[in-house]
Amino acid sequence: MRLVDTVQISFKTVLSYRIRSFLIVLAMALGVAAVVALTALGDGARNYVINQFSSIGTNLLVVLPGRAETSGAFLGAVLGQTPRDLTLKDAQLIGRLPQVRRYAPLNVGEAELSAANRLRTVTVLGSNAHLIPIRHMVLAQGSFLAHGTESNAQIVLGAKIAREFFPRTQAIGQRVRLGDSRFLVSGVLMSQGETMGYDTDEIVIVPINHAQVMFNTTSLFRILIEAKNHSEIESAKQAILATVKQSHDEEEDITVITQDAILSTFDRILQALTLAVAGIAAISLIVAGILVMNVMLVAVSQRTTEIGLLKAIGASSADVRRLFFAEAVLLSLAGAILGFSLGQFGSLMLRLTFPQLPAWPPAWASMAGITVALITGILASMLPASKAAKLDAVNALGKK
Amino acid sequence: MIRLTAITRTFHMGDQAVYALNNINLQIASGEYISIMGPSGSGKSTLLNILGLLDKPDRGRYELDEKLVTDLSEIEQAQIRRERIGFVFQSFHLVPRLTAAENIELPLTLSGMPSEQRQIRVEQALQAFELKERAQHRPAELSGGQRQRVAIARATIMQPSVILADEPTGNLDHQIGAEVMTLLEDLHHRGTTLIVVTHDRELGARAHRQIGMRDGKILTDQANATG
Repeated sequence: MRLVDTVQISFKTVLSYRIRSFLIVLAMALGVAAVVALTALGDGARNYVINQFSSIGTNLLVVLPGRAETSGAFLGAVLGQTPRDLTLKDAQLIGRLPQVRRYAPLNVGEAELSAANRLRTVTVLGSNAHLIPIRHMVLAQGSFLAHGTESNAQIVLGAKIAREFFPRTQAIGQRVRLGDSRFLVSGVLMSQGETMGYDTDEIVIVPINHAQVMFNTTSLFRILIEAKNHSEIESAKQAILATVKQSHDEEEDITVITQDAILSTFDRILQALTLAVAGIAAISLIVAGILVMNVMLVAVSQRTTEIGLLKAIGASSADVRRLFFAEAVLLSLAGAILGFSLGQFGSLMLRLTFPQLPAWPPAWASMAGITVALITGILASMLPASKAAKLDAVNALGKK
Repeated sequence: MIRLTAITRTFHMGDQAVYALNNINLQIASGEYISIMGPSGSGKSTLLNILGLLDKPDRGRYELDEKLVTDLSEIEQAQIRRERIGFVFQSFHLVPRLTAAENIELPLTLSGMPSEQRQIRVEQALQAFELKERAQHRPAELSGGQRQRVAIARATIMQPSVILADEPTGNLDHQIGAEVMTLLEDLHHRGTTLIVVTHDRELGARAHRQIGMRDGKILTDQANATG
């Protein structure tokens, strides 16, 4: 019997048992669709987090005081305290390292901002001119600590704050009071919305020395560092650790976090999550496979006389086996294709519903979903097909 | 040319062995018209199944056209069933999902013949058995006589040398049954060996050679004087 005829006859059979075929195809399709849509969701979440992390800077390293280690005798790290503060001097030493393109020391606090008869509490970042490019923030207007004005009492306002305080007038050039000091508005940030949980539209930026005076501190909250290029991130980290250790009496009491390391950690976690979700969805495919087996077994007993007849008119056992096998493969294939389309449609709906979530199903997941569907379908049809092939023609024909 | 030598077929019912066929010896020449008669349980259907290679004897030799077929492989036996033997059943055994034309086409499809050649042969068969108008109907939409005509068309489409008919008129009324027998006898007139199993005496009497069976043995084997 020729392959094309086998497929054609099986196809007719599939079509003639409409409801039965539809239900099997649906079960298969839902399994594949679950794999495709859920991995799209998982991968979308992964890409979302990675995009968020990438948007806070490029080749970024963050130095924080204290050592984030749970082992060792250094108690200060556990309590969040450290005998030696991170200082501006440390920041300057780090700035001289050859691997470092630029650095921004950072102090964070809260203070009252008042101007034009308005008053509100704002988050204050104290830093230098590099903070804005390192953190990928953009000035909509003006400048911050432009060359030659490094020691001026300048302030940059977040977009929302500028709107609130100066709804009708130009913010730049206005005088504002922050805490007990006066500042001249030199720039306004472009509205960027929320990244990594805090809103750059509602902050103000002042020079680091003014911030330290305002908050009465000499220690830094963080130092943000941008490495010269991606390959120098690791050596920059080592150099920073060595430099600060030297200036801190040979005690390694800082922690350097690289954006890369965080990124790859999140990447791994979310990848694992995606895989887990895909695995759970794949179980529904196995269930669908068992359904195919069940239905094919029923089909064999339903069509017993027909199998007997096929043998009487000259079908070999192999022909009979191939007919049932082709039927199961057709059903699984239809299920896989329908499921893939449903999954793609589901992902599209996800992307339309949550535009910030890049929910594209990864190619490997779609391939795996379809392949698993086909393999389970094929495996599930083997037993019924061989049962059909082994049927004794005389007994089969004798059945009514 | 069929030669059965010492064919025995036993079934087991509980711990008792029942001889369906007990040491059968039979020779059938090409082109004969034979009826096999006997009460139910006499072994006549088993004999037909063995002749059609659907069943295997426990002992004995079966030669078809000078070739020993008892020892052939399953695939070779399937090929012989396909090419040399045509079956006609009491309950027609048409595939309900396929149209009349597709049912007739089935043996050709199984043989691997290309579709264009199949269509020509099916067309001829539809013509010959006056089924042209019914070609696209499914078995459920056909009368009993039409169904059996489709079954006979299917049995003969491969131009077999032997037609085995098991109670071919059992599910038909008298007049339609007679028409079906005429069709089968036409095939015999064109040279096909025709073997009919029946317990209808009148039907059996039409054959040129009548074999009577009882308890797995051939009791009578006589040529019909009128045949």
